[in-house]
Amino acid sequence: MNQERKKHIVRALAAGVRLDGRKLDEFRPVELKVGVSSTAEGSAMVKAGDTEAIAGVKMGLGTPYPDTPDSGVLMVNAELLPISNPEFESGPPSIESIEVARVIDRGIRESHSFDTKSLCVEKGEKVWMVQCDILPLNFDGNLIDLGGLAVLAALRDARFPKVDEEGAVDYHEKTDKGLALQQLPVPITVGKIGEHLIVDPAQEEEQALDARLTMTMLADGTVCALQKGGQAPLTISEIKEMVKLADAKSKELRKQLLEVAT
Amino acid sequence: MDLRVQDKEVVVPGQVVATGMEYLPADGAYRLDDEIRANRLGLIKIEGKVIKSIPLTGVYLPQKNDVVVGRVIDILMSGWRLDINSPYSAVLPIKDATFDFIAKGADLTKYFDLDDYVVAKIIQVTSQNLVDVTCKGQGLHKLDGGRILKVGPHKVPRIIGTKGSMITMVKKATNCRVIVGQNGRIWLSGEPDKEHVAVKAIKMIEDLAHTVGLTEQVKSFLAEQTGLSADALTVKEEDLVAERPKDEQRHRRPPRRSGGTRDGPRRRPYGERRQRR
Amino acid sequence: MAYEKRISGRALDEPRKITANAGVIKKADGSGYFKIGETAAYAAVYGPRECHPAFMRNPKMGILRCNYSMMPFSGDGERVRPGPSRRSKEISMVTKNALLPVVDLKEYPNTVVDVFIELPETDAGSRCAGICAAAIALADAGITMRDVVPAVSVGQVDGTIVVDLDGAEEHLDENAAADIPLAMVPSTEEITLLQMDGIVEQDTLFRALETVKPALHNIAEAQRRAVKECYQQQAGGDAQ
Repeated sequence: MNQERKKHIVRALAAGVRLDGRKLDEFRPVELKVGVSSTAEGSAMVKAGDTEAIAGVKMGLGTPYPDTPDSGVLMVNAELLPISNPEFESGPPSIESIEVARVIDRGIRESHSFDTKSLCVEKGEKVWMVQCDILPLNFDGNLIDLGGLAVLAALRDARFPKVDEEGAVDYHEKTDKGLALQQLPVPITVGKIGEHLIVDPAQEEEQALDARLTMTMLADGTVCALQKGGQAPLTISEIKEMVKLADAKSKELRKQLLEVAT
Repeated sequence: MDLRVQDKEVVVPGQVVATGMEYLPADGAYRLDDEIRANRLGLIKIEGKVIKSIPLTGVYLPQKNDVVVGRVIDILMSGWRLDINSPYSAVLPIKDATFDFIAKGADLTKYFDLDDYVVAKIIQVTSQNLVDVTCKGQGLHKLDGGRILKVGPHKVPRIIGTKGSMITMVKKATNCRVIVGQNGRIWLSGEPDKEHVAVKAIKMIEDLAHTVGLTEQVKSFLAEQTGLSADALTVKEEDLVAERPKDEQRHRRPPRRSGGTRDGPRRRPYGERRQRR
Repeated sequence: MAYEKRISGRALDEPRKITANAGVIKKADGSGYFKIGETAAYAAVYGPRECHPAFMRNPKMGILRCNYSMMPFSGDGERVRPGPSRRSKEISMVTKNALLPVVDLKEYPNTVVDVFIELPETDAGSRCAGICAAAIALADAGITMRDVVPAVSVGQVDGTIVVDLDGAEEHLDENAAADIPLAMVPSTEEITLLQMDGIVEQDTLFRALETVKPALHNIAEAQRRAVKECYQQQAGGDAQ
């Protein structure tokens, strides 16, 4: 990013004000809605400022991986759709979109919030494959946190489709059975610009970030996944401060999550 | 034989704006048999028997003498390429970049680096939309600090207001420095807690550009945000005078002597010859 | 046995419930949302902007590029793999051809207007919904166009002509159903998209093309209203 613009951002941060007038530790108001796609087994829409993203869950039956014959598969995918921002281009998934997907995926997997063994239908033969796609419709930054939130809401909204006598999935009928999520691993990204730490960076701020740290937080304050991004190093005291910030912010978002989906 | 819309009404493509042969379609309208229809989203303007629609949205198309805010996207052999928030980029040739002497082979990034923003004036647009700009002239220069805001290019006249009244009010309320490019790029710089108020006010003008009573609305927004009285925000004639650019110091200032040597100077037409000591 | 009462209870020439909005994607130069029944489409327009790759440029006028894409969870059955497929490429092409007759890009030589269409849920008629959303987005972007382009399907189920087949009707009888997606320029009633799956007699085809016209005109009104409402809502808020 242009250093002149960045200097300007840092100067404002020193005065405790961000480009859009927010405080440094202030999230944009988050709106969350479930059941936005009738074809998905579960879906959610998240909105914060000018970022808007949709997450959808598809469930299907498939063969398990040979090394885990009694486990189903849960996978998160992300794509930075060119519909959502003039800077995104069509083509194979960019490294940015892969990172978004993997960081969200890791949080869910490592929190053991989800027993993949419960997805087993027939050991070594047939398991449920749960695929969750997160796609921005409008992109103005912070897709990891907001996408993560939408993915969790969509997973909570998801209901297994019916399986007929021949063992085929009938996508036109849903059962009452949902995915039993034990935990809600909420990812929070704290960005560092100059000496200042901010949450929920908008696109312009994201471009000015020196470094960022995504911490996936559980209800009891435990950290279940980390991802440092950006090229500048972080000091240990900065990391401490970031974790505290993430813990506080994740509690607010978790509350919202519990309100919308069951 | 009649009009189907009122003056200043918003019309959309395909909408019938008049029937019969009495009226004539101009920009933004066309005739189909005995009907006149709009062919773009716009505000209807009826001038006697002529109906046109003034665009509300759309990209910026460069026009001679427009002052624009450009971003350096490439450094060329003999100048800079600027993105001017348009499908067509512009070239700033060395000779039009500064009153300083730039030696042949000099490092051009010392003057304008990649990603720098500059205020420039369009001096030429060819039929193929090749655009030349200059940075020589009052108020044309590189932009240090501050931030850039993008608005719809067609909303710029409303943001500036009559004789600059609207933008002057925003400046008065927030003490921000603001430069509005005709191409929909706005540079602004001020105290952090005031600057975002200016941004919100400008966004508000952009969103409501097609409405009447906008000045009062913006005024009450600014009053509410800054705690200033509506009276203090009223733009008077003397504010607009102060708004005019300072005298042409940049023209008069003698050029700085350059340390570089000039090998094989090209002869210039008389008008372009540099005034050197 | 003729198909007289539709599964959904709609009248034979009645399309599903329609929602149309403009200006839904902030970062785009123009955008639209069109939902018909359980089929929804978002469209965004970027441009006219500089055209890459350069060999696609046309020095006489701007070009239009359309990209139709189903979100992975928007299909009727299993997850749809992201990225282009034979189907999505063909639909992108017919979408472009459906829109091109109304747009005028002579003012913008060497540029491209990109139209991206994304569908979060589909239940038959997705290409038509995509075209409807795209036309709203183009108008919202201020592109010069002589009219909007409405699109809907008309078809035959058990010998009966019906407008806007839904998924259930499409699957009712694979042999007896014919599905004709079409798009029209409302002011001149020229057809800009015409495809068909199924078998239909000549006479039925011609009757179907007449039957669908009122529905297309209604959709065009919904599209125009959507673009206009963006401005009226704000003006309404102004008065308060």
